[in-house]
Amino acid sequence: MKRKITLTINGKQYTDEVEPRLLLIHYIREIVGLTGPHIGCETSICGACTVLLDGRAVKACTMFAVQADGRQVMTIEGLAGDGKLDPLQEAFWNEHGLQCGFCTPGMILTAKQLLADNPNPTDQEIRHGLEGNLCRCTGYQHIVNAVRAAAKAGA
Amino acid sequence: MATTITKPETLVGKRIRRREDPRLITGTATYVDDVKIPGMQYACIVRSPHAAAKIKGLNAKAALDHPGVAAVFTGADIKDLGPVPCGASLPGLRVPHHHLLAQDRVYFLGHPVAVVVATDRYIARDAADLVEVDYEPLDAVADPEKALAPGAPAVHPEWPDNIAFTYHQDGGDIAQAFREADVVVKQRITSQRLIPTAMETRGVVADWHSGDRALTLYTSTQIPHLLRTLVAGILGMRENHLRVIAPEVGGAFGSKLNVYAEEALMAHISMRLNKPVKWIESRRENFLCTIHGRGHVDYYELAAKRDGTMLGLKLKLIQDLGAYHQLLTPAIPTLSVIMMPGLYKCKSISADIVGVFTNAVPTDAYRGAGRPEATHGIERMVDILAAELKMDPAELRLKNFVQPAEFPYATATGLTYDSGNYAAPLQKALDQVEYRKLRQEQSNARAQGKLMGIGMSTYGELCAAGPSPALPVGGWEGATVKVEPTGKVTVLTGISPHGQGEETSFAQIVGDELGVDIDDVVVLHGDTTLVQYGIGTFGSRGLSVGGTALYFALQELKAKVKKFGAHMLASNDVTLSGGTCRDERSGKSVSFAEIATAAYRGIQLPPNTQPGLVATYFWEPPNFTFPFGAHMVVTEVDRETGAIDIRRYIAVDDCGNIINPLIVDGQVHGGVAQGLGQALWEEAVYDDNGQLLTGELTDYAIPKAHFMPFIESSHTTTPSPVNPLGVKGIGEAGTIGCSPAVVNSVVDALSTLGVRHIDMPLTPEKIWKLIQGGQA
Repeated sequence: MKRKITLTINGKQYTDEVEPRLLLIHYIREIVGLTGPHIGCETSICGACTVLLDGRAVKACTMFAVQADGRQVMTIEGLAGDGKLDPLQEAFWNEHGLQCGFCTPGMILTAKQLLADNPNPTDQEIRHGLEGNLCRCTGYQHIVNAVRAAAKAGA
Repeated sequence: MATTITKPETLVGKRIRRREDPRLITGTATYVDDVKIPGMQYACIVRSPHAAAKIKGLNAKAALDHPGVAAVFTGADIKDLGPVPCGASLPGLRVPHHHLLAQDRVYFLGHPVAVVVATDRYIARDAADLVEVDYEPLDAVADPEKALAPGAPAVHPEWPDNIAFTYHQDGGDIAQAFREADVVVKQRITSQRLIPTAMETRGVVADWHSGDRALTLYTSTQIPHLLRTLVAGILGMRENHLRVIAPEVGGAFGSKLNVYAEEALMAHISMRLNKPVKWIESRRENFLCTIHGRGHVDYYELAAKRDGTMLGLKLKLIQDLGAYHQLLTPAIPTLSVIMMPGLYKCKSISADIVGVFTNAVPTDAYRGAGRPEATHGIERMVDILAAELKMDPAELRLKNFVQPAEFPYATATGLTYDSGNYAAPLQKALDQVEYRKLRQEQSNARAQGKLMGIGMSTYGELCAAGPSPALPVGGWEGATVKVEPTGKVTVLTGISPHGQGEETSFAQIVGDELGVDIDDVVVLHGDTTLVQYGIGTFGSRGLSVGGTALYFALQELKAKVKKFGAHMLASNDVTLSGGTCRDERSGKSVSFAEIATAAYRGIQLPPNTQPGLVATYFWEPPNFTFPFGAHMVVTEVDRETGAIDIRRYIAVDDCGNIINPLIVDGQVHGGVAQGLGQALWEEAVYDDNGQLLTGELTDYAIPKAHFMPFIESSHTTTPSPVNPLGVKGIGEAGTIGCSPAVVNSVVDALSTLGVRHIDMPLTPEKIWKLIQGGQA
């Protein structure tokens, strides 16, 4: 009972026959082969699987691949254009906004939407904007610094 | 002959951004679940829904008949394989046989019963539901004090008292101390069970190559080499046929300092099926089946003179072990005992541990491993004593600190503290908050009915684990430095970093020692075929032990480089600096890269010298290191809701010399977050049936970004004499210093209501009840 879906991921079009129950995160990781987004909980709490769907941050572990049919997806692999890092990636690197790195792809993409909605956030706005993404390593302080620095750099 | 590379400044001590980050921020790193091998099968584990039950029968036929299922493995299939290993030994320790899969009985919720292997992970999970297990539920006990009560259900029927071991240690003359005392304060203090919650769950890919009879095991671990030795033992296979790779590891905090049943199971299944097989732990499984931390009920008695001089400390420690011993389970509370005096000149101690079996997942090392519990205990007791004596808690601490001139200092628990100036970080923190002014502000706030608290902890910890005789596993570390023929430098380290940044800090050390550009250095780790044996990353030992092994390897390498350089310059006296070997008298020099080329070309060898430029060093540390610090927390408690607002969080840590301040800051912040998690939000709650009520991230509250206060972090620097880098370790400090400072602050806030102690976590509900005059 597979269904045919066509979607664009990081600017490239993909067409596949998938089971209706296949989660978007498994489609991206297992079929398309982009392993930047991670699976941390499968309950949409941790945010490690966050991707941008038509520009909005979504948790790809609680969405079916068929729901993304006809839509635009961006994963962390699509963020750096022409080999040039996005200002958010630069800022996470400069500010030591990551340690083990597992939450980082989701954290950066959530921050991407946060800054798109609010280019000049306060620290409290940054913290609330990231509350759907868990990090167990950093205590978030360097992440907040990174998002603030990226905002300053005009990300 | 050579151009001099000028290097005006050192790399050590600089805030250098990490070299591991480009792969992590672009999504190109490879974690275990990113490993994909042609023909790979997926495993799903059938786990017990009961905390204690007999298995009356198991029927896997429907699962086996399910399309896509390759095999189902049950207890009978693996009963002859070695048990899950316990590396700790204590006199009289009772060690239950820990099979890879349950045999006729399950002992904790989530106990693995069977493994279903299929062509994809969805099918494996579907089929796992088709395995029929006939359980006869039994009474369970998950609370360690209840487990000790007469008539409690026996976790292991052969040991009806549920006691795995008892352990006694004393020092000084505890009876005399309590006779001399003017005052004795007593308190029951718990350190609740915590769930480590690394963002990456565990996972294993096992890949058997039948032609070579060789197995590659990719696993998310902190200890690839120890794991290889131990898994080979479980399977009865030759160790040199097993390769363990710890790829990118997404956090661990002690929870991957272990050898788990699944690692051996997947290895065995890959060999049986002659196919690669992957198992990725779900978050639910992570909460049920990966080790938990802490789990103490402690009864303290502190004896002191009226002037505040501490004389003696007694501890009765009840350790919740869970149903089995994992790698270090029974050893963890002994770390609490040896650190129980903290930073104070407490000459007499007495400690008794009772290790208790419960129907719960085993406890083991979680960030700090025994030291947070000890620090929480002594730092709470000091505050309780201060309240009893009506002394300022800072003054009481300053009065009892081991003094700078007294190092090396022999503790009543048998340790030798390496170096310290314990008053320095406390004084710095007091100055930073303007302590006197702040106490005045507090008194004004109280007059207005506000619940404002000021709390501190002055913690010490034991790091750089450690001297081999003091550990259940080896405590040394190894490093190899290879200069490649082009002069580029490759480091192979036995530690296994997973976020701690040693690919960067080690490159900084190499850059300074050899005078090469940091971009010419690559640091590799986590592959037993690539790296000589090593012990791994835990106990704040990566830099302090692994980095020291690297330092000594570099000294050997430098001697070799100079030997080649001298030969090439026809000199008998050369210097090596800035990447150049130079004869100061003739002014001639030869570059590091030229020496490397010559060393591998092998035609200009100095007499009695082997070609190549490689040095390996295995360093055995003569002692632990003992970092310390002071954390200070200002809180305000909302009378109406019991909510706690952290107004200021000040961390002054002394981890000896600092190689990379950026990385050290990150370790402090992350450590504090986990300490704060314990202090305020986190608790693994089992009900009386052994069901885990906090079994998902929805119910177990790890800190989110908006929970966290801004951490004002700074340092004092007291180099360690234990290693030539003068470093002590910082991985666990934040966690250890945090929880007592927070609780002391909140107890201080509520002290006007007569509150003297509160057990963690300080949930608003608990605080609100106290404010209403009830029990916590």
